[in-house]
Amino acid sequence: MSDTLLDVRHLSRRFDVSAPWLNRKLEGLDKTYVNAVKDVSFTVAKGQTFALVGESGSGKSTIARLIVGLLEPTEGEIVFDGTSLARGLKGAEARRLRRRFQMIFQDPLASLNPRWRVTDIIAEPLRVFERSMNDRARHLRVGELLTLVGLSPEDGLKFPHQFSGGQRQRIAIARALAANPEFIVCDEPTSALDVSVQAQILNLMKDLQDEFGLTYVFISHNLQVVRHMATEIGVLYLGRLAEVGEAEALFATPQHPYTRMLLDAVPDIEMTGRRRKKVEGEIPSPIDPPPGCPFHPRCPFANARCRSEVPGLTRRGPQAAACHAVEEGRI
Amino acid sequence: MTMTNPTPGNPAPAAKPIVPPKPQGRLKAALDSDIFYSWRRSPVTIVATVVALALILMAILAPWIAPHNPFDPASLNLMDGFTPPMTENQFTGNSYALGTDNQGRDMLSSIMYGSRISLFVGAMATAFAITLGVSLGLVAGYNGGMIDGIIMRIADIQLSFPGILIALLIFGIARGVIPANQQESMAIWVLIIAIGLSNWAQFARTVRGATMVERQKDYVSAARIMGVHPFLILLRHVLPNVLGPVLVIGTIGLALAIIEEATLSFLGVGVPPTQPSLGTLIRIGQQFLFSGEWWILLFPALTLILLALSVNLLGDWLRDALNPKLR
Repeated sequence: MSDTLLDVRHLSRRFDVSAPWLNRKLEGLDKTYVNAVKDVSFTVAKGQTFALVGESGSGKSTIARLIVGLLEPTEGEIVFDGTSLARGLKGAEARRLRRRFQMIFQDPLASLNPRWRVTDIIAEPLRVFERSMNDRARHLRVGELLTLVGLSPEDGLKFPHQFSGGQRQRIAIARALAANPEFIVCDEPTSALDVSVQAQILNLMKDLQDEFGLTYVFISHNLQVVRHMATEIGVLYLGRLAEVGEAEALFATPQHPYTRMLLDAVPDIEMTGRRRKKVEGEIPSPIDPPPGCPFHPRCPFANARCRSEVPGLTRRGPQAAACHAVEEGRI
Repeated sequence: MTMTNPTPGNPAPAAKPIVPPKPQGRLKAALDSDIFYSWRRSPVTIVATVVALALILMAILAPWIAPHNPFDPASLNLMDGFTPPMTENQFTGNSYALGTDNQGRDMLSSIMYGSRISLFVGAMATAFAITLGVSLGLVAGYNGGMIDGIIMRIADIQLSFPGILIALLIFGIARGVIPANQQESMAIWVLIIAIGLSNWAQFARTVRGATMVERQKDYVSAARIMGVHPFLILLRHVLPNVLGPVLVIGTIGLALAIIEEATLSFLGVGVPPTQPSLGTLIRIGQQFLFSGEWWILLFPALTLILLALSVNLLGDWLRDALNPKLR
């Protein structure tokens, strides 16, 4: 493994979802919180793709927003290339760090300002980070970026609504690449696209990764997509990591019962005829999470210990799972 | 969409003109637009546009096209007083299209100069209300929390009073604060501020709501990740996306501001009598209504109605044309 670029340590984020103050006082309610992310740790090596998978409500997007600084962690810290992105990063240092990471969003129409021409959208990072650049150089760079993502420089004159979904996502990618970042957080970049276009965008992202040595944190609920992209995978369940490991190992020998359940649900082309277990139940409400292992209400292997004690990640071979049953060798 | 999508791994060879050409044909684009189409399809709107433009042009060009200067005492002849419209004066033999008032001023010229002042006050007051309301709405919507609470509660309190009361209050305060010798020259600006301050709240409310929607969108997040200053995010990203509704209520607000100015002037607290607006003319005219000189009241009142109505109709049309749900 090469150098670590991103080190996420014991990251937690709690949201206040209490009723308004007056209602609380009148109805005698307490403050309520949601633990969207709870004690998540992982590292991402340079040039690799770390994928986070999980159902809706498992905290994937919250982690993405925490990494890029749109949200502040309640606990824990995020270390980017040796520098802690702790609260209160300001001034020139913040600018130097910020230009090294970027984010690609799920809905490309919402992530592009509808009133801006594509040229201005892509040039925005250049205006922020390359202040000495003149207009002509910026125009040239925008044309270069548009070509790089498979559009033509003339497209810069159009507005985002004049493009198809896949083309919009290409524009978003061009913007992300404009200031030569090293690290890109991709929050479900293909979920809003047609299947045929998904593959194009994923291939484009892979090519760009090879060309520029990019590091991705790739968030998705689609295991096929993840299998295509990831070198390492973290499976999230209710804000906690259920299992982390190298992609191939995790797909070949899933350990955590939740990972097994997810993989069982993936259709495969070979039609191996293996017996599948249906995905059962639903993710519990994070406002009132079950005690002990968060997965125990849906887990076929749960016992008394699972219902009372939160399991920690224990490493076995190329992957680590947070499961008492795996740890005890029951499964 | 006639675009080709080259395979990602093998991007299209770089096209020659890397620098994109400048956009062209703005006028043609405007004539082709949906908005112009909906304008053409609405006869009421076309009439309203023509009437509003005619009145506005008449007001702006008053010093050059008015037959008389009603503010030049030297040109006035008291013998011309109370001349009915289109009739020769029994003493001087002069004839005026819309008659004259008690001082012998030509009503047509008075109305032209009066609408000039009414429109100026209305437009400036609306511009002031929009600037204030949009700024406060953006700040409140973007920041939320305490700041939002304070700004919007002030707006709520203000909206619970009639606008005219607030304008009267501000006018009264200004009269106490400004020294007597400057009151006449400052009166028009006090009026503008008073009307503006009584109208900002609805702009703030609208913009705040739209801002709260826009700030959740990912293009704002993208700018925040780059570390763009919140002021620039508001100015360059959020503002252009919340201006649509502002345009609509701004147009209707202009009509309201003109009426509010007329009301204040009618009550005698508006512009000084040396600069009569439409409201002042109506106030003067109503003194002579029962003695039979109807034209001194009727023509300024008709002009005010036409002005307010045409601007209002334009606002209504804009609201429909810009509202995607009604298309």
